[in-house]
Amino acid sequence: MSVVMFFLAAAAAIIGAIGVVTLRNPLYSVLALVCHLVALAALFLLLRAEFVAAAQVVVYAGAVMVLYVFVVAYVGGGEEVAAGSTLRILGPLFALALAVELFIALLGSALSGIHRYGAPYKLGFGTPEQIGRLFLTDYLFPFEVASLLLLVAAVGAIVLARRRRGLEDGALELKDLLAAPRPAYTGTIAEGVGVRRVREQIEQAHGGVTEVVPAGSAAGSTERS
Amino acid sequence: MALDWYLAVSALIFCIGAGGVLVRRNPLVVLLCLELMLNAANLALITFARMHGGEGGQIFALIVMVVAACEVTVGLGLLVAISRRNLPIDVDELHELNG
Repeated sequence: MSVVMFFLAAAAAIIGAIGVVTLRNPLYSVLALVCHLVALAALFLLLRAEFVAAAQVVVYAGAVMVLYVFVVAYVGGGEEVAAGSTLRILGPLFALALAVELFIALLGSALSGIHRYGAPYKLGFGTPEQIGRLFLTDYLFPFEVASLLLLVAAVGAIVLARRRRGLEDGALELKDLLAAPRPAYTGTIAEGVGVRRVREQIEQAHGGVTEVVPAGSAAGSTERS
Repeated sequence: MALDWYLAVSALIFCIGAGGVLVRRNPLVVLLCLELMLNAANLALITFARMHGGEGGQIFALIVMVVAACEVTVGLGLLVAISRRNLPIDVDELHELNG
């Protein structure tokens, strides 16, 4: 059963990884990465790392991927142009050479000294309780450094991505809004207490038109004697 | 299941990610390929934790996840800043600092 689960999860993880690299649309790449991450969480479960698997699904496939989807929607993930550069040929060759080298290192020599089936299972291996205890005793310093790093990254991302003043042309200032010409009595206490409506009725009765306050004049001096 | 199979999967995923970083030109997809490489390292770490019967590797994998989240946050912030200035979203076109 675990063999079947392993091959299913491994195939899904590798297919997801290939999808990330080969799909043209960045949104589909992000979705392929979500598939890859969920399959990887299944592999973590097979390795008895329950807490890491849960964190993988919640933090990675949940939060980080939502961030990616938002940025793809903001940037507008268009199709990228395929260029005939030398990297397009050299890149896969490099990856293939790296794969051959790693497989020789893994399967050829290095692992023959280590037992292939792992240490015997002990109760509570990889549970949140055990991980939390280790984080607060043996690994307290990395834990604190990680929290500081998260804070720095959050502040840095806000500083990088915030809207800067002066980049957009034609931005309205408050001064311009106040100096704009407007109908008489708007924005005055006379409008607030209803004087304006009475004046309008009087002016309509006499056939007059509403006067326009010139720009920049004081709002309080519009009372006609 | 023998544990070297997990290491083989990890090596394969790492190589796919490395090739993707070299081939793709969209910085968003380059970041995704970096995630692939970090996840491959995570899988290897957890496999070795299982092999030795201690949780140290799992702790290390969690720290790697934190670092990856920070890297993604800052990288996507840079990407938003780039697109806001109407610069091309292409790692080959962005060579302003290239003296």
